[in-house]
Amino acid sequence: MNKIANKQVICEVLMEKAKEDRDVVVLCSDSRGSASLTPFADTYPDQFVEVGIAEQSLVSISAGLAKCGKKAYAASPACFLSTRSMEQAKVDCAYSHTNVKLIGISGGVSYGALGMTHHSATDIADMASIPGMRVYLPSDRFQTRKLMEALYQDDQTAYIRVGRNAVPDVYSEDNCPFEMDKATVIGEGTDVAIIACGEMVEAAVAASKELNEQGISAGVLDMYCVKPLDEQAVIRAAEKAKAVIVIEEHTRIGGLGSMVCQVVAANAPRKVTCMGLPDAPVITGNSREVFDYYHLNKDGIIAAAKELLK
Amino acid sequence: MNLKANSYKLRQDILDIVYHAKGGHIGGDMSVIDTLNVLYNKQMNITPENFHDPDHDRFILSKGHAVEALYAVLCQKGFFPREDLKTVSQYLSKYIGHPNNKVNGIEMNSGSLGHGLSVAIGMALAGKMDKRDYRVYVVMGDGELAEGSVWEGAMAGGHYKLDNLCAVIDRNRLQISGTTEYVMNQESQEERWATFGWHVISIDGNDVDALDRAFDEAKATKGKPTLIVANTTKGCGVSFMENKAAWHHKVPTPEEYEQGMAELKAKEAAANE
Repeated sequence: MNKIANKQVICEVLMEKAKEDRDVVVLCSDSRGSASLTPFADTYPDQFVEVGIAEQSLVSISAGLAKCGKKAYAASPACFLSTRSMEQAKVDCAYSHTNVKLIGISGGVSYGALGMTHHSATDIADMASIPGMRVYLPSDRFQTRKLMEALYQDDQTAYIRVGRNAVPDVYSEDNCPFEMDKATVIGEGTDVAIIACGEMVEAAVAASKELNEQGISAGVLDMYCVKPLDEQAVIRAAEKAKAVIVIEEHTRIGGLGSMVCQVVAANAPRKVTCMGLPDAPVITGNSREVFDYYHLNKDGIIAAAKELLK
Repeated sequence: MNLKANSYKLRQDILDIVYHAKGGHIGGDMSVIDTLNVLYNKQMNITPENFHDPDHDRFILSKGHAVEALYAVLCQKGFFPREDLKTVSQYLSKYIGHPNNKVNGIEMNSGSLGHGLSVAIGMALAGKMDKRDYRVYVVMGDGELAEGSVWEGAMAGGHYKLDNLCAVIDRNRLQISGTTEYVMNQESQEERWATFGWHVISIDGNDVDALDRAFDEAKATKGKPTLIVANTTKGCGVSFMENKAAWHHKVPTPEEYEQGMAELKAKEAAANE
């Protein structure tokens, strides 16, 4: 089992870039430890800005730095970054066109038992609704690296959500196909297309394997690029299949499922089941327990697929 | 340049813009215009030619609703042609009712209050990191100071001892609902900012000479950012607008336009004598 969390990979990539590029600046809101960015702060103190527990100024200060030529990476728990500073993301990053990468750490229900204050079950909806804001949820450490490398190359703002804990590998060192803003096709299915992002991709892959073994042809799209959504990939997958399942660590309102439904309904009408968190505070438990409770796991996907194909 | 006379000239442009746009925030435009006049025409190293040079001084109008004042100054400075002023707030115009960086001369979009100070802090931090000499100026309204994010920025500015940063409060003491003290008590801004680690200067903010001296003092102040409390009169320069909360965003009638224009022309002529 992999022990390297995606956020650690983000720190590694940023340190590699900072070594060569003095314009790479990391900002934290008393979150360097939880973001695994302490090594960055210790190694590049002149390229690190601590703002204290102040997410609004975290994002505004990042935007000011970016406007003066810096590549600003603001890391803070996704729950606060996506809501407390949402207006700063809208006005100072997206609307003002600044190169600020918002790194939402401990996303989704990573903080498990800490309650609704610490869950970011609406961050995709929040951030994706901002014109000009891109939203990425990488599925594993290898993809996280590829994504961060690609984001370093551009000068537009984006929101990246990663979880708190290490997650099982979906890809490998030598086999991590990645094209920026294109979904990764992990498998094609003629019965059901499973579209997933973030930590749900691994469950989708496991479910598709089992479904295929049971004679149900299931494919998986890793839609790490929630916005801009890879619409062509969605259409292709839906056209091939009889039904579509979308699964995300997010409320079913306004997230990946909603976006996929719009595309499928307009282009390749199929039944779609959206799997996600309820429109209510989630139960107490660690993230695995929360996923299981809401059937956001391999068995839940298999059951949903069989129900859809009835 | 005769800055005092120019302030009255710019006020005529503001009146023109608001009258023809049939909208705008004329009271705050008139109170803040002296600050903008002194910054753009005396203090700041900023021109259409050096605007994309990394060493130019940075300006953020955090009280973005006073954009007509900014348009007047930028236009006079040559950032865009005069005829563009006729398009303010018109259908499909890029000259909207708050600053946006589609307009030449504007770097940051504003309009929502409480953002500008922290953005300015980021700009000042970048200047320190790159050892550049540019200065960063941000103008806030006094009503804006009720935004909590302002105080996050105030804390960070003091913490990082950003002596390349100068913030101005356009202290006209009026906001939409009435006096600032009625809406949310502000006193004393001087004491509040000083305890956050800022060098504080309190002046008559409609006196161009006092503003000029204050900006000089800010430049000479090392080891801390400077906050200038510019005590101003809302609607300054037009008798029937002065100190009237209703003129926060009222549009002049044709008669008011004529009277206001006549007053401002007379004051400009007097200042030129």
